[in-house]
Amino acid sequence: MNLSISVLAFARLRELFGFSARELDVPSGSNLEMLWERLVADRPDAALLRASTRFARNGVLVDGLTSLADGDEIALMPPVGGG
Amino acid sequence: MIAVVDTPIDLEALVEAVRTDACGAVVTFLGVVRATSAGDDRPVDGLTYEAYPAMALAEMQAIANEASGAFSAVIAIVHRTGVLHLGEASVRIAAASAHRGVAFDACEYVIDQLKLRVPVWKKEHYIDGAAAWRANTIAP
Repeated sequence: MNLSISVLAFARLRELFGFSARELDVPSGSNLEMLWERLVADRPDAALLRASTRFARNGVLVDGLTSLADGDEIALMPPVGGG
Repeated sequence: MIAVVDTPIDLEALVEAVRTDACGAVVTFLGVVRATSAGDDRPVDGLTYEAYPAMALAEMQAIANEASGAFSAVIAIVHRTGVLHLGEASVRIAAASAHRGVAFDACEYVIDQLKLRVPVWKKEHYIDGAAAWRANTIAP
């Protein structure tokens, strides 16, 4: 069974991945690291940014081992620069 | 008033949003676009800000609540997104309290935490046509 999730990418990650928002189906049991691996498989130049990237799941910061659920909104966030 | 907007920010509206008759002080902070970068020698001629609006608003509200609790202050925060030119304000904060000391402290707390926590990103555009994303440093 697959999970339908939406992925948001911001700033440099948006540019590297080539989308600001996209819908994705991932296998049940996937976590955020698995999602990241899938995304960087197409964009190897983004792989180096894993260490500085933070994940938010439905608006809450979470670590890469967090499991995905159907309908999740996942944000891929570089270090912030507001203010 | 907590908002992310793509048009210029009205400072007077911000002050009116926090001021009450119990306030003896309203401290305001403006972050403005400057011509030099901390991370690059090239002159800057503009910035682009991008936000994750839902999460940015939630984080700004959380910071405002923390400042209200710690400093007995009323807080307003408005962050701008999109293309900004030299001298334009990217963020405006107003902190109102009974006395000026806590209003200054509350305002400083809000901008320091905003720069650490709020999901907003900044791209610097240089006079030579190049551009780069710039993260905030840990030190305020």
